[in-house]
Amino acid sequence: MVMNRDECLQALARRRDDQIVVAVYTGAQEWIHFSPSDLNYTFAGAMGQGSSHALGVALGRPDRQVIVLDGDGSLLMNLGSLVSIAHAAPKNLIHCVCENGMYETNGGVPIPGVGVVDFAGLARAAGYRSAYEFEDLDAWEQSLDGILGEEGPVFVTLKVKPGGTTYPNDFRRLRSVESREAFKQALANQPREGAILSRG
Amino acid sequence: MQAVDVLTADAIIREIKRAGIRFVAAVPDATTSHYLLKGLMRDPEVRVVQVCKEDEGVSVCSGLYATGERALLLMQDTGLFDSLNNVRGTAVENEFPVCMMVGLLGKEPDVKPADSKSYGVRITEPVLDAMGVTHTLIEQPDDVEKIGPAIDAAYAQLAPTVLLIGREPR
Repeated sequence: MVMNRDECLQALARRRDDQIVVAVYTGAQEWIHFSPSDLNYTFAGAMGQGSSHALGVALGRPDRQVIVLDGDGSLLMNLGSLVSIAHAAPKNLIHCVCENGMYETNGGVPIPGVGVVDFAGLARAAGYRSAYEFEDLDAWEQSLDGILGEEGPVFVTLKVKPGGTTYPNDFRRLRSVESREAFKQALANQPREGAILSRG
Repeated sequence: MQAVDVLTADAIIREIKRAGIRFVAAVPDATTSHYLLKGLMRDPEVRVVQVCKEDEGVSVCSGLYATGERALLLMQDTGLFDSLNNVRGTAVENEFPVCMMVGLLGKEPDVKPADSKSYGVRITEPVLDAMGVTHTLIEQPDDVEKIGPAIDAAYAQLAPTVLLIGREPR
């Protein structure tokens, strides 16, 4: 059993407060509809790099929780970032991977290791403080508040399939310099506070 | 002040910090590891972010820029070549001011990169030229004065820049 990705992301959107969300590819196209905000960071310019952009954001603003919505094919291109993130140990970073088992943007070809690779296990072995896996929407919803209150870096595998609704692509919102500078300004307008230890 | 006739890591670190750099993403580079990287790792005013692969560093610097912080990516020319897709996509096309300091592996002192016997060294500047990425050779002691203006220009123009280290700083 897997979750519809839109329902899975909408559950997260309902609980979003002031978090920065770093999103990539199809997940980003859907996320900007579910939770529009200047604090959506959608500017990674190469596949696999969302987690590393999120690390930079998390280190630059340790007072803000940063949630990255990664893809499984993307993470496979940047597995070393699991170790880099665990080593830097940002307490304010939650790394979610939408695992659909395929390169959805590039023709639906299966990822290598589909059904075998244990992403949460890789994160745990790399040194993340905790790692979870969800394939049931109710279980994900019931665990969300607790996960958002944890000290990071936290890893979450979300086993998903595309939902029934198609959301229009907005590449300009995702990639434009204007959107990026709006993100930068919106973040600068938020006063810096003490570093997050935990939100629980 | 005593005249300095060698390129020193201390002078480079001073210029980096004067340019407002507080984060350095790094993968060890044979030209700069011993004095420059280790010096930065000891410096309490700089946070070194060790990454496993150089293209991660392009992204880390970009994320830091979006939070208002200035950052530098320290790596070898081999790592630069490994990072070119992210330099293209994030730094050039998405207009992030990613500042890179790149050791030229195997470059002979006082030999122009274009005249080096090393293939990798010879092609570094032409590859950057083809990508439209500005670059500055840092080899002589006076060259450290070019570091700050190059970094300032990158942030002003929202464009990447590469500082090529032509000999081992001591």
